[in-house]
Amino acid sequence: MTYLIDRRLQGKNKSAVNRERFLRRYKSQIKDAVGRAIKGRSITDIENGEKVSIPVKDVNEPSFGHAHGGVWEVVNPGNQEYQKGDQIARPKGGGGAGRGKAGNSDQTTEDDFIFELSREEFMNYFFEDLELPNLVKTQLTATTDFKTQRAGYTVSGTPSNIHVLRSLRGALGRRIAVGGPSRRQLAEAEQELETLLLDGAPLDDPKVVELKKLIHHLHTRLLAIPFIDPFDLRYSNRIKVPKPMTQAVMFCIMDVSGSMDEQRKDTAKRFFILLYLFLKRVYDKIEVVFIRHHTAAAEVDEHEFFHSRESGGTVVSSALNLLNKIIDERYGAGSWNSYVAQASDGDNWDNDSVLCRQLLTNTIMPKVQYYTYVEITDGPPQNLWEQYAQVPDHHQHFAMQKIVTPADIYPVFRELFKKQPK
Amino acid sequence: MNQMMKRPPHPRALPEQSEWTFELIEQAHEEIKRVAQGFGLDTYPNQLEIITAEQMMDAYTSVGMPVSYNHWSFGKHFLATEKGYKRGQMGLAYEIVINSNPCIAYLMEENSLTMQALVIAHAAYGHNSFFKGNYLFRTWTDAEAIVDYMVFAKNYIAECEQRHGIDAVELLLDSCHAIQNYGVDRYKRPAKLSLAQEQQRQKEREAYLQSQVNELWRTLPRREEEEAVTQAPTRFPPEPEENLLYFIEKYAPLLEPWQRELVRIVRKISQYFYPQRQTQVMNEGWATFWHYTILNQLYDEGVVGDGFMMEFLKSHTNVVYQPPVHSQYYNGINPYALGFAMMTDIRRICENPTAEDREWFPDIAGSDWKKTLDFAMRNFKDESFIAQYLSPKLIREFHFFAVLDDDKNEKLNVSAIHDEMGYRYVRQQLADQYNLGNREPNIQVWSVNTRDDRALTLRHTQFNRRPLNQQAHEVLKHVARLWGFDVHLDTVSPEGKLISTLECKREKRGRII
Repeated sequence: MTYLIDRRLQGKNKSAVNRERFLRRYKSQIKDAVGRAIKGRSITDIENGEKVSIPVKDVNEPSFGHAHGGVWEVVNPGNQEYQKGDQIARPKGGGGAGRGKAGNSDQTTEDDFIFELSREEFMNYFFEDLELPNLVKTQLTATTDFKTQRAGYTVSGTPSNIHVLRSLRGALGRRIAVGGPSRRQLAEAEQELETLLLDGAPLDDPKVVELKKLIHHLHTRLLAIPFIDPFDLRYSNRIKVPKPMTQAVMFCIMDVSGSMDEQRKDTAKRFFILLYLFLKRVYDKIEVVFIRHHTAAAEVDEHEFFHSRESGGTVVSSALNLLNKIIDERYGAGSWNSYVAQASDGDNWDNDSVLCRQLLTNTIMPKVQYYTYVEITDGPPQNLWEQYAQVPDHHQHFAMQKIVTPADIYPVFRELFKKQPK
Repeated sequence: MNQMMKRPPHPRALPEQSEWTFELIEQAHEEIKRVAQGFGLDTYPNQLEIITAEQMMDAYTSVGMPVSYNHWSFGKHFLATEKGYKRGQMGLAYEIVINSNPCIAYLMEENSLTMQALVIAHAAYGHNSFFKGNYLFRTWTDAEAIVDYMVFAKNYIAECEQRHGIDAVELLLDSCHAIQNYGVDRYKRPAKLSLAQEQQRQKEREAYLQSQVNELWRTLPRREEEEAVTQAPTRFPPEPEENLLYFIEKYAPLLEPWQRELVRIVRKISQYFYPQRQTQVMNEGWATFWHYTILNQLYDEGVVGDGFMMEFLKSHTNVVYQPPVHSQYYNGINPYALGFAMMTDIRRICENPTAEDREWFPDIAGSDWKKTLDFAMRNFKDESFIAQYLSPKLIREFHFFAVLDDDKNEKLNVSAIHDEMGYRYVRQQLADQYNLGNREPNIQVWSVNTRDDRALTLRHTQFNRRPLNQQAHEVLKHVARLWGFDVHLDTVSPEGKLISTLECKREKRGRII
């Protein structure tokens, strides 16, 4: 008796539980590995999951075994030149001819245990412990925020919502429909009567009397069709829809003065990408606005933002003014979560830095969820840094960090977005 | 028109195509079954299951069983296998076959028709008949009950996870896995049980085991025992115990009943796989010999054609390739190569013995090869099989040589090669190499301090002055977790002289988490 069974459709993913158990057990190591994987690497393909390696000693399952030493006598295949009694120098590593069966994990150096995290798993580790500052506030307001919106017509409602045009149009249709047969009969009867009279029939001809009676009857009937019926009434329909609060706008402000070389722009770009990925996990809809500035600021597209060669001196406040204008015009504070990330090497005109601080403190900070400033420099803090350092006194949702090398990006990012103590 | 017909076409010839269909697999199976039975292979009924590559990886990584409990270690193996497979660094095993009744053999859907036929011949008739015939499997494993037992184990462990938390169960299983190779009875034969009996007995066992432990660890001695104490202290255990897991299951002071049951589950599974570890060369050699023989027979009859044969031979040759020791691909002796060569050689000695064969194997030279092979399959394990049947001809063909590596000498010494003087020596050495007793350190439960600190002492009897590996201390921690108190590991020379000792102290007394 033999059975041939097609198992292909069942029992898929049986190892998913075991895989999850593995990830659970090595959570902290995987988190470290994810951190390491970010450093100094391109971030653009971060969303595609990641290879993660864990030192083999950590995942090793120990068992009793022999180490090398003492006496081993081993039979191997493939003798080419040896004769009995030959002396062979001990190969390096001590394993010697005893490699293979007698070999032992003590001697062999093993590579790290490498495996791939799926995109989802990777992003979870990547953003674990991070959160958007002030997110709670937005979510609370979001639940109470509705807007009403027209949604066609209904057959019931309050008199103030009666839609006259629709109601009359309905009534007209009904009248045509209901009166149709009578009107046709009436037309026929009138036609017949006219013909009879023209033929010279007397007015008391029974046929004429009968027709006149019929015509009268039909007229009465047609008049009895109501001009408007409760059935015809249509009301404008308005429904409440929750206002989409899960939308965000991210402003990228970059200094493109002469001192911002390609490398620094690249560093800034990575920071922005990280922020973008992060925001995207929280918000359904996210828009990105790029603002570049030297002595004057302009809103540009992504390509120009990172690749344009236009350059000049530095007036940071020009960018802040533009930012303020764009928020007011397009992203009213009520319905958008605004995030600003500014990157600069910190070099600014002296008197402008003070202006920047005032602009931030008085005008911009109340309108945004979070404002981060990263200074990409290996030198001492510039005057802009010193002025910005005063902003947090008034507004807690402002953070600033310094980035020296690309390797700092991820730690700085974590620092800026770490979970706030509740 | 005058061309000679090479062979008469077979009425049930398989079409020359590489796509399989269910009908074709059934047809191929019928032919293979017919030929296998013609050769006298005795098997359990077969259950062939078509599975996907992913399912193959699943089966592959949970110790090859169709059901298994959940554990991170299986996840680790799955991740490693998946990585290798996806990158094309390794192929999957063509087949997995389970020693059960009916015998379950997996056929991967990606295999061509030829490969499916190869797997059916190899697994469903080769391995299957080995499971049914070999004395170790007959004695130690219960093909009727294993799948049921695995279902029981999976459910029981899942239940424990619900009651006691995943972490508690995982820690305990980790510790059991660390010494699972020492959870084996080498001489005692286990009782066979059905699933129903197993479940019923499990309840009784809990109560009984606990009462035994309580008796051993009474802190208030009875009167009559107080008198006994003044006499010579009794050793416990009276004899050294080789089955560490068994000893722990029975006597560990602090384990709760469910923890004892978990120890038992790991021990039972370990015991089930013990024959496989001792018969690798024979088992693979036997299965490879039979797929080769059966498919060649089908070719001779004209059931399969030239294309089929070419593809089959290519796979077969890959499987039985043995790289020489100096090759960068050398990774020990390939059990398929050695086993297949030996099985084929035994047939040759029966059918076409040389003068040398008559001298070395007077009993089998010229005998009926089917009977001789069948006898060899039934009554040996790798160690004794090689000692009995490895011929000078094969030693020459493999260019076997023995190297003595004594750490007291500065150089390695070639102790024997494939010549007249060396045959017997090489054969004996190679046989010893497959002796599990030599391969694994000999560690047994030596004594327990029942009166004082309850410390457990294990004893490692050194073999050829070989030291323990560095993981030993880690393993000892696991033993201490199970035992609940201090654990010592003494290494002694074969004469009983203490050489060194390892210790694992429990800092906190109390419940094992």
